[in-house]
Amino acid sequence: MSVISIDDLVKTFGSVRALDGLDLKVGAGEVHGFLGPNGSGKSTTIRVLLGLLRRDAGDVRVFDADPWRDAVALHRRLAYVPGDVNLWPNLSGGEAIDLFGQLRGGLDRRRRDDLLERFALDPTRKCRTYSKGNRQKVAIVAAFASDVELYVLDEPTSGLDPLMEAVFQDEVRQLKRDGATVLLSSHVLAEVEALCDRVSIIREGRTVESGTLTELRHLTRTAVTVETARPATGLAALPGVHDVREVDGRTHLEVEPAHLDELLGHLVGFGVRALTSAPPTLEELFLRHYGDERAAVPVGAPAPTADPTDDERPAGAR
Amino acid sequence: MSAFTGTGRLARLVLRRDRVRLTMWVLGTPLLGYALAGSVKEFYPDEAARVGYASTSASSLVARAFNGPVVGTDLGAVVVAEAYLTLALLAALLSTFAVVRHTRQNEETGRAELLGASVVGRYALLTAALLVVVAANVAATALLAAALVGAGLPTAGSFAAAAAFGGVGVAFTGIAAVSAQLSVTSRGANALAAAAVGIAFLLRAAGDVLGEQTDDGLRVVSAWPSWLSPLGWGNQVRAFGGERWWVLALPVALLVVGVVSAYFLAERRDIGAGLVAPRRGPARAVPGLLSPAGLAWRLQRGALLGWAVGVAVLGFSMGIAGDEFNAMIEENPAAAEAISAMGGGAKLIDAYLAAMLGLFALAIGAYVVQALLRARGDETDGLLETVLATAVGRTRWLGTQVVAATLGALALVLVGGLTTGLGYGLVAGDPLGQAVELGGAALVRLPALLVVAGVVTALFGLLPRWSVALSWAALIVFLLLGQLGAVLDLPQAALNLSPYTHVPSAPAVEAAALPLVVLTAVAAALLAAGMAGFRRRDVPS
Repeated sequence: MSVISIDDLVKTFGSVRALDGLDLKVGAGEVHGFLGPNGSGKSTTIRVLLGLLRRDAGDVRVFDADPWRDAVALHRRLAYVPGDVNLWPNLSGGEAIDLFGQLRGGLDRRRRDDLLERFALDPTRKCRTYSKGNRQKVAIVAAFASDVELYVLDEPTSGLDPLMEAVFQDEVRQLKRDGATVLLSSHVLAEVEALCDRVSIIREGRTVESGTLTELRHLTRTAVTVETARPATGLAALPGVHDVREVDGRTHLEVEPAHLDELLGHLVGFGVRALTSAPPTLEELFLRHYGDERAAVPVGAPAPTADPTDDERPAGAR
Repeated sequence: MSAFTGTGRLARLVLRRDRVRLTMWVLGTPLLGYALAGSVKEFYPDEAARVGYASTSASSLVARAFNGPVVGTDLGAVVVAEAYLTLALLAALLSTFAVVRHTRQNEETGRAELLGASVVGRYALLTAALLVVVAANVAATALLAAALVGAGLPTAGSFAAAAAFGGVGVAFTGIAAVSAQLSVTSRGANALAAAAVGIAFLLRAAGDVLGEQTDDGLRVVSAWPSWLSPLGWGNQVRAFGGERWWVLALPVALLVVGVVSAYFLAERRDIGAGLVAPRRGPARAVPGLLSPAGLAWRLQRGALLGWAVGVAVLGFSMGIAGDEFNAMIEENPAAAEAISAMGGGAKLIDAYLAAMLGLFALAIGAYVVQALLRARGDETDGLLETVLATAVGRTRWLGTQVVAATLGALALVLVGGLTTGLGYGLVAGDPLGQAVELGGAALVRLPALLVVAGVVTALFGLLPRWSVALSWAALIVFLLLGQLGAVLDLPQAALNLSPYTHVPSAPAVEAAALPLVVLTAVAAALLAAGMAGFRRRDVPS
C-alpha cells in the first residue's frame, strides 16, 4: 500500500507553474529520497502533502486521505521537519521541542532526552541564540521523539556538520527498523545513497526519474581508468564504451554496466598495469537532470564527463 | 580600506529599500502640518479666540501635559500646540524604527554578515542608516517649513517650528543608534528606544505641568524636567513666540553623542552580539505552555504587562487631574463650552473622563493590531507552517490568536477604566464607586476593539500580503478620524467609518445597547470572513 500517492499534481503561483504534473509514490516502510535542484518544487510538493497549500489539479493521497480536508487527522500520524527552521526566539530549545511534540499529540520523553544527548543539543539555550544547525536539531529531535508512522523531512541536514549527519543517518535507519515511512528531500547525494530504498528525481515541477537505486544505476555508466603495457587500441569501437580519452599514458573511458565484461576481455590483450573503476553514482544521474543544456539529452545518451579523480566518487577498486 | 568604505552604496540601498516609507514620511509630515494649520486658522480666526485658547491651555494641567507649554497667542503658536504631540511622536518613532531597521535588524537576519563580508567598512552600515534617517528628517523639516509658510504663517516661526519637529527626529536618531548596539534583537532595540520616547514624554509632561504660568496668563515657563527631554526641546524652541534658535543645538548635540557612543560600542562588540547578554531558559516546558493558548499567553504576556503598567499609570494620573480640571472650568466658561461641545453631555467632568477613556480605547487598538499581526509574522517566518503541520487545525489556531488578543484588550480596557476611576475617586471622594463606574464605562469601548480585531483578522485571512500595512493604516485612519475629525471638520459619513465614532461616550452619555450590538455583529462578520479566508488559502502565501 502506498503511504503517499501523488498523480499529475499541478500547483501554480500566479503565472508560475511550480508543480507541473508531478508524480510520487512512497510505499509503507520505505525511505524515499526526493531529489531536485533548488526551486524544482520539492518544498511545494511537501506543503501540498501537509495540506498547507491547496492543489490546482491532480490527485494527492496520504494514508489514503485527502491532506487538504483531513489535515489535522493526518498530522497526528506524521512529523515534519521544515527546510528552514524558525523558532520562537524567546522560548528555550527544550520548550520548543516539548511544544511541537505536544501539539502533534505526544512525545516519548526518554527518546527525547536520548536524542538531545546524541545530537549534543543544549536545551536550555534560547532559540534566538541557536545557529541554523541547532535550530534544525530542535526540529529533528521534536520529530524523531514523536511516535508517528510517517516522517516528512525537507532537507533536514543542510546545516549539520558531518558528525551530526552520521547521527542523523543512524536515527533514520532506526526509524526504518521500527517500520516507519520516511520521505527525505535532499540534495546531499551521499545521504540519499546511504539511506534511501527508492528515489524520485524532480526537475521544474515534474518527476523525471523514479525507482530503486539499483534500477537507476542501470541508467548510468562506470568510469574506468586503465594503464596498459602497450597502447590500447580499438576501445571506442567496443559496444557500450563512450568518451575514450588518453591522458599521460592512461586511458579514461566510460562503459555501460552491461558491457563491462567485454571491455575487460579486450583490455587483457594489452597488458593491464593498473585499473581503477568507479561505480556509477547517483551524482551522475542527478547531474543528468540538472543543467539546462542537458535537459534534452535522453537517458543512456552520452553523459556529462565527470573528472575521474573527483573526490566525491566512492573509493574505486584498484 | 577605511571603516567607512561602502557607506555611499549602502545609503543608496537603504533609500531603495525604504523608498515608499521615506516618501510617505517626508511628504506626509508637511501635508499633515498644512491641513492642521488650515483647520486651526478656521477655528481660531481672531486674536480674541486665540487669547481664549492660550489662557485655557496655559491654565489646564491636562492640556500642558499633552500639548506642551503655550508660547503665545500667535496663530502659529496655536498650530504648534495642537500639532505637537502628533508630529513630534511621529518624528521620534519613524526615526527610531528606520535606524533599527537598517542596523540591528540587518544583523539579526544575517544580512549584515553578508554585507560585512564584502568591501564594506565596519561603520558603513550604521553610518549609511544614520545618514539616510537624518536626511529624511532634514527633508521633512524643509517641506514642513514651506507648508507652514504656505499656510500663511510667519516665515521665521515656520522654520523654527519645522526645525523643532525635525530636531526631535534627529535626537531620537541618536538614541536609536545606541539602542541598536545594546540589544541583540531588533524588537528589543525598538523597545528600548520606544521606552526612551515614553520617558521623554513623561519628563516633558512633568516639566510642563510643574511649570509657571506667566502673569498675563497666556504663556507657560516649563520647569527643569522639560529640559531633560528631547521631546521638550522642541517646545523650548518657542516657535512663533520669540524663537530661541540656540535650543536647536541640543538635538544635534545628542545626535553627535549618540553616534559617537554607537561607534564606540560597535568597535568593541562582535557582529550579531549585544551588550545585554541572552539568558538561559528551562530544559523542559511547563505543562501550561503546551497548547496554542498556552503559547499565545507566553508570547503575549510581556507586552501585555508593559501595556497594563503604562495604561494604569496614565489612567491614574489622568484621573487625579480630573479634580484640577473641575477647578479650571469653574474659572473659565469659554473652555467649559469647548469641552462640552467635544465630549458631549451635561456634566463637564464626565465629558473629560469619557474623552480619557476614548483615548485609552484608541491606544489599546494598537495593542490589538500588534498582537494579531504576530500571526502574519509567524507566517512569514515559516513558524506557522511548522505549527499547522502538527495536529493543530487552522480554525483552532487562528481562533486562539483572536481570543488571546481580545482578552488582552478586555484586560487593558478594564485597567484603564479602573485606574482612571480610582485616581479621580481619590481626589473627588468615593474611589471605589468611581472605579466601578468608570470600569463599566470603559467596557462599553470593547465592541470597537472587537471591530479592530475583526479588521486585522479579515485582512490576515483574505489579503495576507497586505495585512500588516493595511491593518496599521486602518488603525491610523480611525485615530485621525477620532482625534482630528472634529478639528478638520470632516463630514459625518467619513467619521462613521471608524468604529470608535459609534461607541457611546460613557460616562458622559448613557450607554445605549443598539450601537454596541451592531458593532459586535460587524466584528463577528469580519472575524468569520477572515476565518473562512484563512481556511481556504495557502500557507504560507
